[in-house]
Amino acid sequence: MADWYEARRYDVLVIGAGGAGLRAAIAAAEAGVKVGLVCKSLLGKAHTVMAEGGIAAALGNLDPNDNWEVHFADTMRGGQRINDYRMVEIFAKEAPERVYELERWGGLFDRTPEGKILQRPFGAHTYRRLCHVGDRTGLELIRTLQDRAVHSGVEVLMEVTLSRLLKDGDRIAGAFGYRREDGRFIAIGAKAVILATGGWGKVYKVTSNSWECTGDGCAMAYEAGAELMDMEMVQFHPTGMVWPPGVRGILVTEAVRGEGGILRNAKGERFMQTYDPKKLELSSRDVVSRSIYKEVEAGRGSPHGGAFLDVSHRGAEYIKKKLPSMYEQFLKLADVDITKGPMEVAPTIHYVMGGVRVAPGEGASTVPGLFAAGEVAAGLHGANRLGGNSLSDLVVFGKRAGEHAARYAKGVDGDPRIDDGQADEERRLLLRPFDSGSTENPYELHAELQEAMGTHAGIARTGEGLRAGLDKILSLQERAERMRAAGSLLYNPGWHACRDVRFMLILCEAIFRAAIERTESRGAHWRLDFPDQDAGWGRKNLVVQRGDRGMTVSTRSVPEVPPQLARLLEATA
Amino acid sequence: MTDATLHVFRGDKTGGDLRTYQVPVTEGMVVLDAIHYIQQHEDSTLACRWNCKAAKCGSCSAEVNGKPRLMCKTRLDQFMGSPVTVRPLAAFPLIKDLVTDVSWNYRVNQEIPPFTPARDDTGPWRMYPEDVDRMFEFRRCIECFLCQDVCHVLREHDGTSRYYGPRFMVRIAGLEMHPKDTVSRAHLLRGRGGIGFCNITKCCEEVCPEEIHITDNAIIPLKERVADEYFDPWRALLRAFRGRREPRGT
Amino acid sequence: MADQTASHSYAPEYPWWLQPIATVVILSAFALYSIWVAFQARGYVAPYLSPFYSPPVRVGAIPISPAWWVVWVPAGFRATCYYYRKAYYRSFFRDPVSCMIGESRRRYAGETAFPFILNNLHRFLLYLAIIVLAFLWRDTVAAFFFDGRFGVHLGSLVFLVNVVLLSGYTVGCHAFRHMVGGNLDCYSCARGGRVRYRLWQWVNPFNHQHAPWAWASLFSVAAADVYVRLLMAGVISDPKLF
Repeated sequence: MADWYEARRYDVLVIGAGGAGLRAAIAAAEAGVKVGLVCKSLLGKAHTVMAEGGIAAALGNLDPNDNWEVHFADTMRGGQRINDYRMVEIFAKEAPERVYELERWGGLFDRTPEGKILQRPFGAHTYRRLCHVGDRTGLELIRTLQDRAVHSGVEVLMEVTLSRLLKDGDRIAGAFGYRREDGRFIAIGAKAVILATGGWGKVYKVTSNSWECTGDGCAMAYEAGAELMDMEMVQFHPTGMVWPPGVRGILVTEAVRGEGGILRNAKGERFMQTYDPKKLELSSRDVVSRSIYKEVEAGRGSPHGGAFLDVSHRGAEYIKKKLPSMYEQFLKLADVDITKGPMEVAPTIHYVMGGVRVAPGEGASTVPGLFAAGEVAAGLHGANRLGGNSLSDLVVFGKRAGEHAARYAKGVDGDPRIDDGQADEERRLLLRPFDSGSTENPYELHAELQEAMGTHAGIARTGEGLRAGLDKILSLQERAERMRAAGSLLYNPGWHACRDVRFMLILCEAIFRAAIERTESRGAHWRLDFPDQDAGWGRKNLVVQRGDRGMTVSTRSVPEVPPQLARLLEATA
Repeated sequence: MTDATLHVFRGDKTGGDLRTYQVPVTEGMVVLDAIHYIQQHEDSTLACRWNCKAAKCGSCSAEVNGKPRLMCKTRLDQFMGSPVTVRPLAAFPLIKDLVTDVSWNYRVNQEIPPFTPARDDTGPWRMYPEDVDRMFEFRRCIECFLCQDVCHVLREHDGTSRYYGPRFMVRIAGLEMHPKDTVSRAHLLRGRGGIGFCNITKCCEEVCPEEIHITDNAIIPLKERVADEYFDPWRALLRAFRGRREPRGT
Repeated sequence: MADQTASHSYAPEYPWWLQPIATVVILSAFALYSIWVAFQARGYVAPYLSPFYSPPVRVGAIPISPAWWVVWVPAGFRATCYYYRKAYYRSFFRDPVSCMIGESRRRYAGETAFPFILNNLHRFLLYLAIIVLAFLWRDTVAAFFFDGRFGVHLGSLVFLVNVVLLSGYTVGCHAFRHMVGGNLDCYSCARGGRVRYRLWQWVNPFNHQHAPWAWASLFSVAAADVYVRLLMAGVISDPKLF
């Protein structure tokens, strides 16, 4: 242990304090091990707070026919069957108990007149299934878990950025990074590490994600040798704000369409009648996103390149009651009164289905001692995530990862050794932007990588475009070695950006490499040169891993659904 | 395209002052956009907190033209071209530029006894809309700490050792009024919570971006509950006579 | 400027001082007027009993104006009222005079020490104020009867408006709201809980507009008394409407 960094030691280190990280930390602490929880922002600000619609769980409070089997089938079908059925089964079975647990911890959901938890309908869910609190379900979830965690003996380190997983031989030994406040380096020793760092929507310009979504966990896991899966699957939410420029990408909840919102093109045509005459606006997210995209491509887009979403026919009072935050958001930020006229919307990057490949049910990655839960983990959502499934994902698999990490940590003899050499190596990388030879502006590189992703890895992809995008990313990676930071280590956003860009470039490369390989269209992955689904690809997941000579891509077989579960898929198809 | 003039506080614990920046204005721009512009084009060391940029996380709190606000929700066009002054929250120790050390708030939260249902009451619960309706308002809080910043007890009277501040009165109200909670926090409120230091002058309500009626719906009802316990001889007599009817903890 | 830790205040462009000054002027004027009225020792002209003199109390042969036995109740009710507290802490004690405006006094005990800790007794003044209010309703009914016959004069309406405003103010009292239902945690489990929930809901709108009710009723009390006094002095007559 060296004296140039702050040293900490826990049994289990949880990285990320959104829903999954908090739930994992609680589970580990309750299992009786010493838990440290690290977050980049202040506690309670994680991207989970932005979840609006609700948490999907088959309670059957409104529709008694709903049960885990239907939820299982909906989720498998939504994911175009490249999900890991074992994860989906656990998920559908345990989500209701996790919701009731939130309530026992002080969470409050909207209620039915009979005093039960109220559930609302959502796209591609057969029944009314989303437990919610108005349009701020994520805030409720995070506040509940946050209060539970700080009273469970979890030690919270706020505003700490971790940038490297430390290893002792093959197994995990902890993580290394710095305090954002003053740039002090910190090495945290741990027997087990749980990644709960969320997604990487910030690799796109138009995104509903916050600045934190730079995919730290996934990039660190990659560098530590873990397998990443389904990296080509990136979800576009069909409706994000478009205008004014400052708000481009901010989410317009699916509930607008749930409440009867109608999509029209510049000619006033209800174009969803062409693309999905049955489900119309409430078709699945990938379909609606593609439809808007096609309309814009055909020259029928709105002035700022989107479509018009109109809910004003429901009347002012109804809208203010059912969609209060949407009403606020458009009135305050866009000068649009949605009770009087349409809003302009366009697809926005919302979620990544891919991530660290984990053992179903345990959250263990392919690196001993490294676990992952939530958006950073892959396997549950397959090629397309259903609305409301991400919040239940966080609590179901957060809990499981916490428990298994604690069990694993208890089985580890002695504390893993912190290798100061690894820490020093990372320190040098982190400090490189202060070298005299550094010239590149990290913000410019970030903008360029976003441009490359938007142009070449957007809704519509082609082999040619993807390869051009990959080239661009590889050249950016070279330039990124010369990123420049000014000033000191004291709360320095420009310096922080350098590390974020380095990580995001890894993820961009993974997205391109996987997307080039999957020569079919499935879920969120739409190839203009391969517009159809391919049965062969339907049996394969793509896996990205760090090799001796850079990034390698291989395939893994999708676990075969056993007959008794396969029947469920047929029965309700 | 016109330019906006921003005076932004730059400095750290050792001192600082306002520095002036010119930022090109685009339609619908908010103060946070301008700060980002400065970071990206003029000075990448300008520190500020932000997360969602949609008024949902409560990170980008600052004092804009003398009023505590969320920068992501404060449109530049409302200032009609006059200069905009952006300063950090003054009630908390400065770290750098627009970033302050708000960790005290998290320590306070840790002191508050958490939600505690009866041990044998494991649910699923029947809670009727009328039992929970009034608590949704308290749960709306995004912890931006603007109310803590504007509260004159914390800001002007070094109240952090004496009073938890409006945010945590809201938090405690949400716990105290929960139909399933079994713990009374009246003692805490009167003691370390320092509810008596609040003189209900309502500045907190004026700045709350979630429009929570902090004083009317949280603090005053709590003051009344404290009065039930400590300033009402009649009720004290009743209690002595009948004994407590509901289980009460600390 | 360099010392960020010291309290820094702003001088906003808007005239923040307007409201505190108005509050000081109006409340002081009302207090002076009340004292003057109480010294008058008379406040009745058939069928109107000035609200300052209701209920008419005489204690033995103590030779003071009957108003003194009564005015302390509404005065105390208002002095401990959560809304007026805000008003006078801001304007009289400048704690704070306006939001974000620096304060001059450094010692501050809020409502934790004498005298303001007494504000916690607001509820007891509410109980008494309700009794007084009952008398004012009686007086208002009386204001519609002229020599035993029902009638509506201008004064009747002045009294009606006054008592309605006073009732709105009283019903909106935070202590009242607490008493009728706010103190319950579980409406569905308490005895009579749902009735109390409905009561609590009913008083909420009054409570949320407590400040306007407070000012309106303050003016109406003064107006009712002025009306009585002008009649007593013969300056005006009391026009019959119906």
